[in-house]
Amino acid sequence: MASLNHPSNLKYSKTDEWIRLEGDQAVIGITDYAQDQLGDIVYVELPGQSGQQVAHEEKFGDIESVKATSELISPIAGEIVKANEELKAHPEYVNDDPYGEGWLLVVKLANPSQLDSLMSAEQYLDYLQGR
Amino acid sequence: MPMHDNVSQLKRTPLYEQHRELGARLVEFGGWEMPVQYSSILEEHEAVRMRAGLFDVSHMGEFKVEGRDAQAFLQYLVPNDVSRLAIRQAFYTQLCLPNGNVIDDLLIYRLAEQHYMLVVNAGNITKDFAWVKGQTSHFQDVVVSDQSETTTLVALQGPLAEEILQPLTDFNLKSMRYYHCMAGLVNGVNCIISRTGYTGEDGFEIYCAPVDVVKLWQDILAVGRPQGLLPAGLGARDTLRLEAGYCLYGHELDEQTNPLEARLDWTVKFHSGLFIGRDALLKVKEAGPKRLLVGIELLERGVPRSGYALYEQDQPIGSLTSGAPGPTIHKNIGMGYVEASRATVGRQVQVDIRGKRIVAQIVALPFYKRR
Repeated sequence: MASLNHPSNLKYSKTDEWIRLEGDQAVIGITDYAQDQLGDIVYVELPGQSGQQVAHEEKFGDIESVKATSELISPIAGEIVKANEELKAHPEYVNDDPYGEGWLLVVKLANPSQLDSLMSAEQYLDYLQGR
Repeated sequence: MPMHDNVSQLKRTPLYEQHRELGARLVEFGGWEMPVQYSSILEEHEAVRMRAGLFDVSHMGEFKVEGRDAQAFLQYLVPNDVSRLAIRQAFYTQLCLPNGNVIDDLLIYRLAEQHYMLVVNAGNITKDFAWVKGQTSHFQDVVVSDQSETTTLVALQGPLAEEILQPLTDFNLKSMRYYHCMAGLVNGVNCIISRTGYTGEDGFEIYCAPVDVVKLWQDILAVGRPQGLLPAGLGARDTLRLEAGYCLYGHELDEQTNPLEARLDWTVKFHSGLFIGRDALLKVKEAGPKRLLVGIELLERGVPRSGYALYEQDQPIGSLTSGAPGPTIHKNIGMGYVEASRATVGRQVQVDIRGKRIVAQIVALPFYKRR
């Protein structure tokens, strides 16, 4: 776990998503730990259109690695601004750069107080140790 | 997201520390804590197809069958024709129930005139041994012993396997034919070297004593590394065997499935005399199997997985027993059973992927064949 990166400016969910605030919008992705556990990612299924809603702690997509399928869970409720279209051609971005080119969704926050229930990087690391 | 696998109470092979040092991710498989990958399943898969990969498969079970009645006993035990096995030759077969369904699939080696070795799946060792032992009562001079604890196994697979192994042994590997074996030294370690594998590539499976396997592993890696050999885990083993169209017990084969449905007709020899399950299998053969194993490839985006339902024009026709991306063939593929009348190559079907019907097509097995 030592080699994994969990930046301190992000918030983390128990289902291994990260969230980065940019004004009233949030960028969502999966953590370095999650991509490492999944292994080679070969396909990411994201909601198609902006304007669609994502619900707090509910599924918004699926991610397929060579060996398994996992659900993508939104840490917050909101309206989708955009999804990362690049991942259709380059799902490996999620492995190579989970906090950069491997982002998944940009969402307009419906309820900013939902951010309070998420973990800091330090809390997330503790949570991973205890798993 | 993935959970940590529960790895307490699991058995470990003598190579466990090697795997840790190589940075392997370890998972539960058949009661064992085994490496699923070292670096990346895709990299390891490619190494085996293009160069070579080294697998620890010490979790597999080995039974010794000896005695004057050993051949007659095995002839009764399995559907393949044991009388045709020459010394130092091996074949693939199954253990079948009287109803013809499969208890396990296995390799049988004839090591000497009256000495055979059965190699069975790790998760089935206890069940298989009880079954095999239980059948000996009809035979006077046959002794079966479980040697799984005192036998370890590594598989060196890939087009460079022979080139990598040759400097480590005096035996001329070029002269060893597919599904043949010999006893010999590999850099001073007593081994049985067998030209077999589960990847669709040329390669060897090398049996030795647990006390020697770390040296064997390290020696092979040392010679092979400069040529691009990688240690490879169960993840790559699974994608490799899927592309090669090989059955995996618990997926394509189980106690609800007979070998004829699984298209293993080539291993069922009705002429070889009485064997367990013969009557039932003969009936299946005469009537034709109700369902058949097929290969499918997706024509739309998505990844097929074990358990997904198959449809043809909204009618359920079967389900998948395996599925994954095929890294060499660059297609998302699966194997599964469909009603026999629909098991035709080229037929368009749909795979239910989490409620969506994704278009796929039945294709010929194997998906991949080496040149």
